[in-house]
Amino acid sequence: MTATIERGSATAPVNSPKKAPARKRPGGFLGSSNGKKVVMAVTGAVMVLFLVAHMLGNLKIFFGRDSFNEYAHALRTLLEPIAPYRTLLTILEIVLVVSVVMHMWAAISLSRRASHARPVKYVAKKSQANGYATHIMRFGGVTILLFLIWHLLDLTFGVVNPEGVNSAPADRMISGFDASRWWVTLIYVVAVVMVGLHLRHGVWSAFQTLGWANRNRYRALRVTAAALSLVLVVGFLAPPLAITFGVIK
Amino acid sequence: MKYTEGPEIRDTKAPEGPIEGRWEKRKFSARLVNPANKRKLHVIVVGTGLAGGSAAATLGELGYNVTSFCYQDSPRRAHSIAAQGGINAAKNYRGDGDSIYRLFYDTVKGGDFRARESNVYRLAEVSVNIIDQAVAQGVPFAREYGGLLDTRSFGGAQVSRTFYARGQTGQQLLLGAYQALERQIAAGTVTMHTRHEMLDLIVSDGRARGVIVRDMVTGEIERHFADAVVLATGGYGNVFFLSTNAKGCNTTAIWRAHERGAYFANPCYTQIHPTCIPVSGEYQSKLTLMSESLRNDGRVWVPLKKNDTRAPGDIPEEERDYYLERIYPAFGNLVPRDIASRAAKNVCDEGRGVGPGGLGVFLDFRDAINRLGRDAVEKKYGNLFEMYERITGENPYDVPMRIYPAVHYTMGGLWVDYDLQSTIPGLFVIGEANFSDHGANRLGASALMQGLADGYFVLPTTIGDYLADGPFGDVDEEAVAEAEIKVRSKIERLMSVNGTRTPDSFHRELGKLMWDYCGMERTEESLRKALERIPELREEFWQNVKVTGTAEELNQVLEKAGRVADFFDLAELMCLDALVRTESCGGHFRAESQDADGEALRDDENFAHVSAWERTPDGPVLHKEPLEYEYVKMTQRSYK
Amino acid sequence: MNLTLKVWRQSGPSDKGRMVTYHVEDVSPDMSFLEMLDVLNERLILEGDDPVAFDHDCREGICGMCGMVINGVAHGEQRATTTCQLHMRHFEDGATITIEPWRAAPFPVVKDLVVDRSAFDRIIQAGGFVSVPAGSAPDAHSIPVRKEDADAAFDAATCIGCGACVAACPNGSASLFTAAKITHLSLLPQGQPERLSRAKAMVDQMDAEGFGGCTNTGECTAVCPKGIPLDAIAQMNSDYLKANSK
Repeated sequence: MTATIERGSATAPVNSPKKAPARKRPGGFLGSSNGKKVVMAVTGAVMVLFLVAHMLGNLKIFFGRDSFNEYAHALRTLLEPIAPYRTLLTILEIVLVVSVVMHMWAAISLSRRASHARPVKYVAKKSQANGYATHIMRFGGVTILLFLIWHLLDLTFGVVNPEGVNSAPADRMISGFDASRWWVTLIYVVAVVMVGLHLRHGVWSAFQTLGWANRNRYRALRVTAAALSLVLVVGFLAPPLAITFGVIK
Repeated sequence: MKYTEGPEIRDTKAPEGPIEGRWEKRKFSARLVNPANKRKLHVIVVGTGLAGGSAAATLGELGYNVTSFCYQDSPRRAHSIAAQGGINAAKNYRGDGDSIYRLFYDTVKGGDFRARESNVYRLAEVSVNIIDQAVAQGVPFAREYGGLLDTRSFGGAQVSRTFYARGQTGQQLLLGAYQALERQIAAGTVTMHTRHEMLDLIVSDGRARGVIVRDMVTGEIERHFADAVVLATGGYGNVFFLSTNAKGCNTTAIWRAHERGAYFANPCYTQIHPTCIPVSGEYQSKLTLMSESLRNDGRVWVPLKKNDTRAPGDIPEEERDYYLERIYPAFGNLVPRDIASRAAKNVCDEGRGVGPGGLGVFLDFRDAINRLGRDAVEKKYGNLFEMYERITGENPYDVPMRIYPAVHYTMGGLWVDYDLQSTIPGLFVIGEANFSDHGANRLGASALMQGLADGYFVLPTTIGDYLADGPFGDVDEEAVAEAEIKVRSKIERLMSVNGTRTPDSFHRELGKLMWDYCGMERTEESLRKALERIPELREEFWQNVKVTGTAEELNQVLEKAGRVADFFDLAELMCLDALVRTESCGGHFRAESQDADGEALRDDENFAHVSAWERTPDGPVLHKEPLEYEYVKMTQRSYK
Repeated sequence: MNLTLKVWRQSGPSDKGRMVTYHVEDVSPDMSFLEMLDVLNERLILEGDDPVAFDHDCREGICGMCGMVINGVAHGEQRATTTCQLHMRHFEDGATITIEPWRAAPFPVVKDLVVDRSAFDRIIQAGGFVSVPAGSAPDAHSIPVRKEDADAAFDAATCIGCGACVAACPNGSASLFTAAKITHLSLLPQGQPERLSRAKAMVDQMDAEGFGGCTNTGECTAVCPKGIPLDAIAQMNSDYLKANSK
């Protein structure tokens, strides 16, 4: 008996092999995990450059209050009279705010992706890679954000500063880190060290993300990242510690 | 076990004429399929190793509608991946006198004059294309500083024709084929079913028209139909339980095709590889091969005295027996596999073996380290030494390695003609699964060559000649139903025994029996004993095996039990074939047939033939295919 | 040796799963980890229990089929070793060993320690190949390749697709796997024509499968049985960036 079985198909229920999930990439490049990593790297780099400039500015306090105040003033009057007062600073602020927001957006989005990728946690899990800094990036980032808010309220807007809003920047700085307010200095120290750890992995990670790393450069890149972090930590901690311990009055 | 002799069988597909022109002739005479019709022609390929993976990919490229199956979770895991040494090709890039003819000659001679000249010549001819294909795919073969491909001499060859990718040549070649296959899957020409095991062949109106498979995850029994079926399911070395094969390697696909009418050729030809890590205890689940290349610099020895328990370092030079160098001064440690293996067995039988149970010989690198320096040795063999240390806990830089022969490859398999078609029209068999081009003994670095030659170049041409008559219309429903019922009832039977022994314990016992009675050395007595014992054990298996769980889920015990059941039947045929072939040849050594020095003695007058076994309700029927040698004169091999 | 095993048991994809404790006695230090599990399974079968399902095949560290998280580490703490090559001599007598499957959403558990890794195949399908139909290849010596490039390509090409990188990554990222193939083919002249389209397609497929993003923690390369280096990921990033800036 010849039957009506269609040639080349199967009559029994067949699990057809799982089809590839539809490619859904909201937002193209920025929607991809790699694109988000690039956002992290580029915005991170912008912030690192800012930190370097910020640190150099801070160190002016060692040349006296006037030197520091002049620097603060210059930031606002740069490009005058071609452009109005505070033009450059405003542009910088916008760039920074955009960077912070995008850095956070990418971080949150990658972290959500990660938790979706591992819905069931391990009962036992042991890290095999050295360097705990790599594992506290998200925690570190949140800590730095909290500090940033405090820092702006303290020294930029002067809301929580003993000198108030309408004071000279150098006065705000020196009063802010007065020995009587040692706990402010302590918060500052902890935060800056956190920034240093964040950068030690972050800077290296940016090189890797942007595809500049290879095995011949690994050592150099790691040393660069660590050195840059160290310089920033020392540079940022020098003024407040000098003030708290009375070296600068 | 009774058998009868049937009419002779002939390979009718190999063209006549000068051997150099035969493949060209066949390629031209093979009919072509209209490109527009290829989509309508459906081919099933079972197995995704070098042969199956490359065949499925190539058939897909040609435009056929291909369905591919493998039992692993991905086609990339087929056991071809474990091949270490390399792949032969007659490129003559070294200018050292290699040629297609020389590779052909070496392979016929190495196979101990039990392979077809036409097939072997084609293999040598196609070998050069394989290297081109693999390089174009991005296979990272070893290269020299000038940027050209490096080669080495391997397994006793006197020319340097073996291409390699460190100790992972099989892996790299398989990944090349796998990637080509995945490309076709993406293109929609190949439909891939992983974790599916073929359990029967559908033969309708005398043609192979499909397969019954089990979805190993859900337990569902599925039917798949096609115009031709290609089996590329590898060898059956796991009949010995302990072998260098992967744990999942099995004979089920080819055995069930044999039950459907495909002849099984030369089942007794098994290759025992001389350099494997010895068994360390009863729990041993598999054996690990150490690349044969180690014999290039390592020296094989055992103590002169029996039962010498001193540490190897304490045995002075004059009390060591470098037996290969002593017996075979011309080839020394580089004698072919079968000879090295048997020599190791002999010294161990004399009580001079080393390590647990006295089943091992030393492979010593002391002299190589002294001569070349530790760094040079590390550069050449570092990864192998590491592997050895990982498994044994001993450091081969300080203590000589211990090695012992283990089952590695099976030259026998389903009988195929020059077109690689079995005795069932529409059933093609490629790679290790067919009875192949290696005769009674395969040379090192030739398995990869054959698998890829079959898959990339031979089958895609010859299958077209068969498919030119297709499509073949509807499949006989009764045949399908019968096959499916057979599969289901076998599974039900296995599930219902509920005895007291695990499938593995039966497999171990069968393996030991095969190793003892049908292993490196066979005698009429041992084979008769095995033929008596196997049916008893099989009987006990069907009475007393225990399979847990259900058939409708992932059930690794059930999978194992089904495979062991087929191994029993195969083991019986192997022993019968070994018993009937009273000569010694290649991997088949009959103790009764040896010369004064204890070397294998062929009997060309009575056994210059392929033994192709047919399975009938009245017992096995032997069909002989006479072998004729026009080009290579039959001589007794000598490596002294 | 006597051991206590805490093994993840899950009868199927819909089962919630749980850790189950077993005691295994008379384990030889020369056994491989999988042989130790064989011993447990033989006993479970005779007791009428379902044996622990786990994937394995070649048992010589090359097929990539085996893999479990042993005491919190993919393939166990022995470096550059697959589960099948791990031997019991590296464990203390009386030790407790936790055994879990790879954990990642794109690797759903099939049963016990068996997971479905077909996502890896689909990443390769997206572009992990050189398009060269059989028979169309030029002579192998027509394109010389610098030895350094061939060797580096080989290092990346040794990936066995076991999935340990995904299992170890805190983000469940498949970057090392994907990058290994991209790097292998990127370093060879044969891979150049499709280089950028390949990187783009494979990375996008990796995302589509639901793997996490890479945060350069290096956990993957630390557990990789073949030691695939981290700079493969930098290569992938570079190719992906170039592909997207065109």
